[in-house]
Amino acid sequence: MKQSAENAVEVVGVSKVFGQGASEVRALDDVSVSIRQNEFFTLLGPSGCGKTTLLRLLAGFEQPTAGQIFLSGIDIAGLPPNKRPINTVFQNYALFPHLTVGQNIAFGLEMLGRPKAEVSDTVERMLRLVRMEALRDRKTSQISGGQQQRVALARALAPQPKVLLLDEPLSALDYKLRKEMQLELKRLQHETGITFVFVTHDQEEALTMSDRIAVMCDGNILQVGGPRDIYDHPADRFVADFIGESNFMNARIESVSDGRATLSLTAGATVQAILPEGVASSGDVTVVVRPERARFLKDGEAGASEVSLPATVETIVYVGTDTHYHLKLSSDEAFIARVQNDDRGGFLPAQGQAVQVAIAASAVQVLKD
Amino acid sequence: MADTLSDDVLRRAAERAQSKRFDVRTMPGFTTIAVICFIALYAPLFPMAFYSFNAGDSIAVWQGFSWRWYVSAWSNDLVKDVTVRSLIVAACASGIATVLAVLAALGTTRTQPFRGQTLIYVLINQPLMVPEIVTGVALLVFFAMIKVATGYTGLIYLIAAHAAFCIPFAYLPIRARLEGMDKTLEAAASDLYATPIQAFRRITLPLMTPGIVAGAMLAFVISLDDVVITELVKAAGQDTLPTYMLGQLRRAITPEINAISTALLAITVVLLTTIFFLTSKKE
Repeated sequence: MKQSAENAVEVVGVSKVFGQGASEVRALDDVSVSIRQNEFFTLLGPSGCGKTTLLRLLAGFEQPTAGQIFLSGIDIAGLPPNKRPINTVFQNYALFPHLTVGQNIAFGLEMLGRPKAEVSDTVERMLRLVRMEALRDRKTSQISGGQQQRVALARALAPQPKVLLLDEPLSALDYKLRKEMQLELKRLQHETGITFVFVTHDQEEALTMSDRIAVMCDGNILQVGGPRDIYDHPADRFVADFIGESNFMNARIESVSDGRATLSLTAGATVQAILPEGVASSGDVTVVVRPERARFLKDGEAGASEVSLPATVETIVYVGTDTHYHLKLSSDEAFIARVQNDDRGGFLPAQGQAVQVAIAASAVQVLKD
Repeated sequence: MADTLSDDVLRRAAERAQSKRFDVRTMPGFTTIAVICFIALYAPLFPMAFYSFNAGDSIAVWQGFSWRWYVSAWSNDLVKDVTVRSLIVAACASGIATVLAVLAALGTTRTQPFRGQTLIYVLINQPLMVPEIVTGVALLVFFAMIKVATGYTGLIYLIAAHAAFCIPFAYLPIRARLEGMDKTLEAAASDLYATPIQAFRRITLPLMTPGIVAGAMLAFVISLDDVVITELVKAAGQDTLPTYMLGQLRRAITPEINAISTALLAITVVLLTTIFFLTSKKE
């Protein structure tokens, strides 16, 4: 693989094994990924998938068992954390409790031996950037969680790192503050032009903030792509299941032409869908349909690009913005349709009613397994 | 599924919980036992302190208030001598013990867990477990060999002995402090371009300072109070304050001993209170 300097970070064939013998744990298994300059890149996966391990390898807190890590084309695998122009925002912020907010932010610059005037200028600029000018001389124990979060960000951004690593930094905040910080982070990334690598297990957070997402599971990267890409075209069942809500249905490939497969759904309809690479061109497959891509038909007239399936309404769950209809298809498969509560007066069935549910053909995605 | 508890059972349990929440303070006899324990611990100190202000020569018959025994102790050159010696030994020993304890605490908390770590803990804390008289005899024999070989008979032996048994007292608060410290702070420092030495100087050391001060004070107090090992290790004319007092007790007992003891008690209380505030301070 070529190490182009265009990519901010290039991870090449990296494995990380903890422990030895019987207690050996393979946290990362031959992972390769490129992170572009100035992008907001998210490592997304359930706990134990290796996302934090990958972050720690980038920061230099751990050394890879195998493989190489390039920063702007330079192999940094052997360098200790203090020799890498990469800074981290820790999950618990790790603010220095004996220093003030200003001293915390100045720490990295002082360690780099920057002149005093430059340090205090940068600290002022960072405080403005995170809107904390008034709290410069407070002790970090005297400020709220959201403010600590901002100080941690300012401290990590102050030395102008090439890459900023963020280890689930929003997980300790309450819902509202988290929403606010998501936008704040996006703004900071935009204003500073620094490459952000963000670790989270929250798919909504990942979709909201990222330019690109790498979905991880069991020490492997399953799919890399933009939020829309990952949501609309999940590569496999794990990704489809982990990101958003999904309806899985069984289908059989009847014929294939020009990369498009004609599928007959077990639930009783025929539909054309793109056949992704690496899927056999015959036999049984699983397809996925997002709940919001289904609607109810009043008189059985499906649109030209829709397929219609007979179903029975089992449960109706009201969740505020939407109503979830738990359906049973004729194939006994469960299916959830999500209808927005917008009072537009579309046809809404009652519990126990037999209905026709229409799915856009473009919403049917064939999965690798 | 088993039946859930009937309403009746639930109500009775709730009533019982209302009337008598489980709390050790509500157990019968708790207050009595606590009071007896405190009296047993502290009651003997009061007559001692009280008679140190006696105007008469007796430690049991009150003859009026006076500072005379404090004045007499203060102007007693022998007392001055042994006090200075005690302070020198305690200062040197607690200093040495604290430095070693800091290194030991860093070595046992800031490294990857290693084989034999438990053994290291046991070895460091050995002076807490081994009877003092055994350590004393061992040191007596050991130092005698060195004295014969070198001819040196100075205060170093006493300082070395005190430093040795003070190590665990200095080590325990320092280690507790380090264990309570978030290791991510040091990781954050190194992430922010601090070399290991800078990270230690700027982050670890300032944060562990309360533990170090507490450890040093505890070691100081322990050294100041020691009798058994000092009695065995000291050469002729190397009495410390406690061994001097022990010697005095074998002769006529005057309230001067009370006065010295009370002063020593006051110093100890002040130091221990400081330690308490240092170690209980929330970060």
